[in-house]
Amino acid sequence: MRPAAETALRRPGHPSTPTRSMPSGILPRNATIKPLFVHGPSPTFRVILAEFLAIGLIVADHRYHYLDTVRSVIEVAIYPLQFAANLPAQLAREAQERLVGEAQLRLSNDSLRHENLVLKGRLQQFESLRAENMRLRDLLGSSFEVGERVLIAEILAVDLDPYSQQVMINKGTNSGVFIGQPVLDAEAVMGQVIRANPFSSTVLLITDANHSLPVEVNRNGLRTIAAGKGPSQELELLYIPKNADIRVGDLLVTSGMDERFPSGYPVARVKTVRQDPDNPFTTVIAEPTARLDRSREVLLVWSMDAKPSQAALAADTPAPAPAERP
Amino acid sequence: MGATERRGQWMIWLSLALAMFLTIVPMPAGLEDYRPQWVTLTLIFWCLTLPERVGVFWGFGTGLTLDVLSASLLGQQALGLSLVAYVAVKLHARVRLFPLWQQSFFVWVLLLAERLLTLWILGATGQPMPALNYWAPTLIGLLLWPWLSAVLIQVERRMGES
Repeated sequence: MRPAAETALRRPGHPSTPTRSMPSGILPRNATIKPLFVHGPSPTFRVILAEFLAIGLIVADHRYHYLDTVRSVIEVAIYPLQFAANLPAQLAREAQERLVGEAQLRLSNDSLRHENLVLKGRLQQFESLRAENMRLRDLLGSSFEVGERVLIAEILAVDLDPYSQQVMINKGTNSGVFIGQPVLDAEAVMGQVIRANPFSSTVLLITDANHSLPVEVNRNGLRTIAAGKGPSQELELLYIPKNADIRVGDLLVTSGMDERFPSGYPVARVKTVRQDPDNPFTTVIAEPTARLDRSREVLLVWSMDAKPSQAALAADTPAPAPAERP
Repeated sequence: MGATERRGQWMIWLSLALAMFLTIVPMPAGLEDYRPQWVTLTLIFWCLTLPERVGVFWGFGTGLTLDVLSASLLGQQALGLSLVAYVAVKLHARVRLFPLWQQSFFVWVLLLAERLLTLWILGATGQPMPALNYWAPTLIGLLLWPWLSAVLIQVERRMGES
């Protein structure tokens, strides 16, 4: 190329005056003097470079997860944008809360008090049941005690990639969030943290096609793996034998086999049980009990000292492979 | 590149940031699948209007930011956007002379190409295939183009003066 010739050509004509009266359409001011010689490499070279780079990034991100640091750097840089996107929803919510009438507040207060009483009553029973459970486990020689710490986080009103089931929450590594941390809502398990940066983190929901977690049937302890089915917001139970005892309406709870989700939290309820002649296994579809698309607040859980229980359980039966994001 | 060329650079940044904002801002349930490809449309506009300043690498950078923003695979949208930017820059001289309706159809083809590339990556990485309304935003983009370009032309005029 000829950089000298180019600057000579472009300089005089460029400033914004001459062709103001152009017809509409996307004709810029400098349409009369087109830059014939572009700086640097040609667009064709650039696009080939960019495409190779993009494919390289996709492979590195999808296969090897090498790029988590790159991603978190960009994520911090664009946090203001996410914050801004969340703002309208947040303001609307606050306005709504401010405009609630007194009667309605009293009503909700009453119902909350009522609910609190009921829950406290149930908790009394729970305490005695827990003591009894510990005693029985002592008899079996497999004592376990799992303490948990929780933190409430709020889901940011930010729309992510519509073809994967993920949400953003407003707590990050500054609050102690870590990758792989279980996330619950008031009803059940929602998912786990897959990316955390200082101010926010991304949660992969249990219905994502890349997610699966080990569960057991609450009624009889049958262990299986619940894999997400993607956009349909359902779970599929894998490798259920034809003669397994599983019925519609069974509650599935976490089994704790993955050493990631604490055991005993509800996950889903069995919706359909079907025998397909061409499938060596029973097809079982379950519906998550968590309100995945309606919750606003979620609980982040830190389990303390979950290891003894794992050791005790592992001694009993060979554990299935821990399921996590590939 | 003198000061005149740099002038108004922040306007390009701002319009792309606004497009990204519109991409992640929550929409009423049921309408999410019909969200226009704001960033692609804005990028096409700048590539057609200022091809000597906004080009392939802008598309790449914007796509990468968008990937982080929407938590998709890194590079997934960068791939499509850099190709779209390339085609727009390559053909800008011809397309700028088209009447507006013809221009809209050219933009539509670019929007389709971007979606097609993204679909290809979804398939190649084993993500679930979207439903048929995956293509709906391109039609909305086709209808939106005349209005969007009218607004952005005004922005571009101001940019030169101030």
